[in-house]
Amino acid sequence: MSETATDLLPGEPKPARRPVLNTSGRVERLRKIALWLSLLPLAAVPLYLDGSWLIIGILGMATAIGAIGLTLLVGTAGQLSLAHSFFVAVGAYAYAYAAGDPAGGGVEGLGLPSALAALIAIVASGLAGLLFSPVSARLKGVYLGVASLALVFIGDHVLKNATPVTGGYNGREVAPLSVGGFELSGGSPDLWVLGVPYGGRERLWYLALAVLVLAVVAASRIARNRPGRALQLMRDNPAAAGSMGVPVQRYKAAVFTYSSVFAGTAGVLTALAFEFIVPQYFTLELSISYLTMTIIGGLGSVAGAVAGGLFVTALPLLLERFTGSLGFLAAPGSGGLDAAMLSRFAFGALLVLVLICEPGGLAVLSRRLRRRS
Amino acid sequence: MKALQLLLLGLSLGSIYSLIALGFVAIYKGTKVINMAHGSILLTGAYVVAMLSPHVGFLAAAAAGVVAAAVGAIVVERLVSAARTTDHLVLTTLTIGVDVLLATELTHRIGSSVLTMGDPWKDRQTEIMGTVLPQARIGATAVSVLIIAAFFLVFHKTNFGVRMRASADDPRTAALMGIDQRRVALASWAIGGGLACVAGIFLAAFPNPGLDQTAGLIALNAIPAIIIGGLDSTEGAVLGGLIVGVTQTLVDGNASSLHFLGEGFGTVAPYVVMLLVLLWRPSGLLGSKELNRV
Repeated sequence: MSETATDLLPGEPKPARRPVLNTSGRVERLRKIALWLSLLPLAAVPLYLDGSWLIIGILGMATAIGAIGLTLLVGTAGQLSLAHSFFVAVGAYAYAYAAGDPAGGGVEGLGLPSALAALIAIVASGLAGLLFSPVSARLKGVYLGVASLALVFIGDHVLKNATPVTGGYNGREVAPLSVGGFELSGGSPDLWVLGVPYGGRERLWYLALAVLVLAVVAASRIARNRPGRALQLMRDNPAAAGSMGVPVQRYKAAVFTYSSVFAGTAGVLTALAFEFIVPQYFTLELSISYLTMTIIGGLGSVAGAVAGGLFVTALPLLLERFTGSLGFLAAPGSGGLDAAMLSRFAFGALLVLVLICEPGGLAVLSRRLRRRS
Repeated sequence: MKALQLLLLGLSLGSIYSLIALGFVAIYKGTKVINMAHGSILLTGAYVVAMLSPHVGFLAAAAAGVVAAAVGAIVVERLVSAARTTDHLVLTTLTIGVDVLLATELTHRIGSSVLTMGDPWKDRQTEIMGTVLPQARIGATAVSVLIIAAFFLVFHKTNFGVRMRASADDPRTAALMGIDQRRVALASWAIGGGLACVAGIFLAAFPNPGLDQTAGLIALNAIPAIIIGGLDSTEGAVLGGLIVGVTQTLVDGNASSLHFLGEGFGTVAPYVVMLLVLLWRPSGLLGSKELNRV
């Protein structure tokens, strides 16, 4: 979708720019309108699908937001991070703690209004990213990726041991998000739209969709404008970036912080969708799934990250749902090839195949198709 | 005596980590890729040893395992070189993909069983200087010292070693001097894989109960080692491995007085040390600083 994404593909020759026609502004505007219009059917989805389907979409949109943050960091800035699951966890747990009932059984909470708690959680994950900046600003590329593993393991340890805040191994409950008494991820007060009861998941769908749109707009602005150009130059040639006046270290720290803000937002939404969070979810495997999403979608492509996020999240859930009707899949836990295993195989193979055959991912494939048509 | 005992245990564990770390560094120096599939390769080798050991004896099984791990590493190298890019970030990510594939298959095969190697040391212990050490750990230390010594000898005294070092320093010039870069890459990956398997065998031995399906993660303990020592320094890998082993054993051994840090802090402690080292020296204790020439 964005022209900037082409600059990001390692080894890919830059396509020649087509001559600019006078109508290009109008075409661009029409495309934008078409894009916004395509949100309408998405807004109607909760009228037709029930909660068990909606949750797949909600989780997909939530992780897509996190994937957007990672694609900015890995794709645009060329800084690998395997700590994304840590920042997702910070967002999720910070929200659960800030919004939690102080008198709740076993675990503590601040009992703040949940909208404020969500804001605090997002700021907290940004701060966590900023705190890591002494490391993230000084290391580059792959080296940062390996160093960031530390956060995953330290984070996992904290989640399992800071029992009063996190609930330890058993996890903790997540309070629904409400604004002015109206729950955005719960069922009160009752709401009916065109004869369809709007419960927690129906409402959360809209929240996730709205935040996703916001995240896409914000990330595209960062990637396409001045900071994005600076980050790309920094990725391709740090010395050149430095001599052009780009404060390389500060930009590295900043893009890491941004990406953790996206991760924290994803964490809050994921927590709201799960309603109960356990440390076993926020592992290295989650970081690797996030990385898979950005690779499949095409490093540096915001639209690709969204597509990758939806695909990687939905595939195991859909396979699990259809286990009964797909003859070749065994029931989960039976020892045979189950849905989780098949999707893990698929993701591993996709990672390898995409990187070998088309390092630009879906973003380049779709651009090629569009150019042909 | 407890302190000495812990120190010796830590050093022996550290010598095992040194082997894994040395493998990482060999691969990194040879091809500038950090092999994130190292854990799965370690587990592949250990799996082969555990399967063959009851039938053909420990030594033959160990040899087969080392070969299997080396072949596995070569397969990963072939995949990595099939990518049409030299971007190390992309190539490292590719090894993550391979790791996912291998780990999924191994997890499925191993299931809930625990791999044991059938090694000759079993659970015997020996008393040295008032400390009680498992014989398997003494064997591990001896073998590691031998392997590491051989590694350095080969790298500094033989033609092969010179070719490897020249390619690590400046691949383009080395290629112009007639050194086949493909063979250098294959050799460094095979060495890395073989070292990982040897480490896997010792990690499965007493006092550990054996390797379960999560053992691939153990290879990640060598990540703090290579970062502490410096990613491109073989000496650093050995030093880092020892530091990680000692840290982990000391923390685990004093768990009762370190209880406020939470349960199982021993596995996390190396990462904390790594972060501290990074703050102090971003390129590790012995790693070479990166210079930017314009």
